[in-house]
Amino acid sequence: MTLIRRTFVTTACALALAGPSLAQAQAIKIAGLYELSGAGATAGTNFKNGVEMAVKEINAAGGILGRKLEHSIADTQTNPGVAKGLATKAIDDNAFAVFGPVFSGSIMVSMAETRKAEVPNFTGGEAASITKQGNPYIFRTSFTQDTAMPKVARYIANGLKAKNVVVMYVNNDFGKGGRDAITKALTDVGVKVVADISTDSGQVDFSAPVLRAKAANADALFVYTNEEESARALRELRKQGYNKPIVGETTLTGQKVIELAGDAANGAVAHVGLTIDAPNPLMLKFKAKFYQDYKYFSDHNGIKGYTGVYVLKAAIEKVGKLDRKAVAAALHGLQISAAKQPGVIMDVSFDANGDLDRESFIVEVKGGKQEVKEILPPLSKK
Amino acid sequence: MTDFFQLVFSGMATGSIYALAALGFTLLWQASGTINFAQGEFVMLPAFVMIAFATFGAPMPLAFALTCVVAVAILGWAFKRGIADPLLRFGLMPIVVATIGLSIAARNGIRAGYSAEAHPFPSLFADKLFTVAGVNLTLADIGTLVFALALVLGTQAFLARTVTGRAMQAVAQNTESATVLGINVPRMIFYTFAINAVLACAAALLVTPTYLAKFDMGESLGTKAFFAAIIGGFNNSRGALLGGIIVGVSENLAAAYISAAYKDAVALVIFMAVILFKPQGLLGKKVERKV
Repeated sequence: MTLIRRTFVTTACALALAGPSLAQAQAIKIAGLYELSGAGATAGTNFKNGVEMAVKEINAAGGILGRKLEHSIADTQTNPGVAKGLATKAIDDNAFAVFGPVFSGSIMVSMAETRKAEVPNFTGGEAASITKQGNPYIFRTSFTQDTAMPKVARYIANGLKAKNVVVMYVNNDFGKGGRDAITKALTDVGVKVVADISTDSGQVDFSAPVLRAKAANADALFVYTNEEESARALRELRKQGYNKPIVGETTLTGQKVIELAGDAANGAVAHVGLTIDAPNPLMLKFKAKFYQDYKYFSDHNGIKGYTGVYVLKAAIEKVGKLDRKAVAAALHGLQISAAKQPGVIMDVSFDANGDLDRESFIVEVKGGKQEVKEILPPLSKK
Repeated sequence: MTDFFQLVFSGMATGSIYALAALGFTLLWQASGTINFAQGEFVMLPAFVMIAFATFGAPMPLAFALTCVVAVAILGWAFKRGIADPLLRFGLMPIVVATIGLSIAARNGIRAGYSAEAHPFPSLFADKLFTVAGVNLTLADIGTLVFALALVLGTQAFLARTVTGRAMQAVAQNTESATVLGINVPRMIFYTFAINAVLACAAALLVTPTYLAKFDMGESLGTKAFFAAIIGGFNNSRGALLGGIIVGVSENLAAAYISAAYKDAVALVIFMAVILFKPQGLLGKKVERKV
């Protein structure tokens, strides 16, 4: 009798405790912290739209493990302090995973919160240092500068046969990280950096930096700034009649940059981890669907957000239950093939730091469009 | 040396746009004692209105003309009747606060409607490049400079040479005597607001191709124009032109020869120096406080 009563009481208690969490677990909460205003608006908005589209698709197909996704959106204003506050709020709201921020400066600050709370955090940030802090809950949706820049440097050395290069970068975490990575990668392949030009985030007039780039008289110019500034830099470069190759990494040939810079973008070459013009049927499908939903063509950040959600889906499905710790652990070393999980678009693998590896491209802007010049294999396959 | 001239010239083109906005500052101040801290947003709003007209298929000149009409109605008449007139009788402070509020509202309104992303804006001038003695000049730079100078000088001539202009000046100098002389004071003040609105539209047309149409594009423009107006002399229209060009050129030179990081500080440094040593501005006249 006592035993039965005790069992009954225990079960009742367990049910009472489990009650609210069962109710909460109805939906899988995804908290999005995006740069919807400020200098990162273009990047953040694209990333957000990508995540949103993937969430809609997954929900329409029945969710993950039978549960729907619930996507909340918050604006970091491209301000690391605001991003950190929003990350804390996301954790208080019991988010299963956090997406964003996209800017390296913001994720560097906000990921301390998600790490403490052991919440997987997917970022669009590309600064190399993000995954060097030993944080087991941070995952990239794109290449790090450390994997991308050696590919760029190889192209400058072998493709362009340049002996010396001017590096123009934006003076923020993203720009400085890229400049350090490219400088090292260029030195490794024997190319000399003859001028190192810093520009401001939000800078309008590029006549002075372009003048300095011209004066350096190098074989090529490497430009590493955010979208609007890239467009202004390209316009000023064309205006002052710069006639050497202009090379960049991802941003320089982004959709928004092409739209803003117009004809001035033609001829710019960049290494991109992701491009909607990749010769890949899944990418073409993504491109068409994104355009249908948002009436413009996605840039790489849209693809990053979109594929990021599918990476999370693959990891949760592999674990088979909604356990943040187990999902984060499963992501390290995970290989996802696009054949089985079409939402990731290209085969992708994660390493122990949360960095990812996949194919990438060298593209050139021709007639206002990105054209793929070369497909580069994943680093691990070399 | 060619580098130097290149920088000076492109600085002058930027500076002439600051001058247009600064001229608006000085005009409003002279005519009605209004300091409009939403001046930058007065340039941003027409840019978006022009984009709106252009998306409905209006060619650029028509879009500009229509925008001027809308701007005179809203940024001129409605601004005067709705904000300046009711608040001015309580002194300068309420209007300063109100225009700051207006600028925040305008910025966030545009952000809500047009998103926070930058939008491309067609250039008024063709993409042509001239090289004069090693200095690269674009048609856009030359056009901007000439157009802006023509507007500033045109406004000057209007104020000095026409009956209406002189009446406006009379109002600015002494409202009471102007009333006694039979000048329709409220109408003259409205003209000033209308001119300010048209100047803002012209500045928008010239500046947006480089600044890109973005909800916060007016922020730095408004501040620079304010500095320019103070540097040149708040009660002198020619001062606005001088101030604008000084700010534009010195910014460019500082970015190249000191560091890009100090670019924005330069205007502030000149501003402080002028306030310390010649508070009435370079071309301004000392005005005794009216009792």
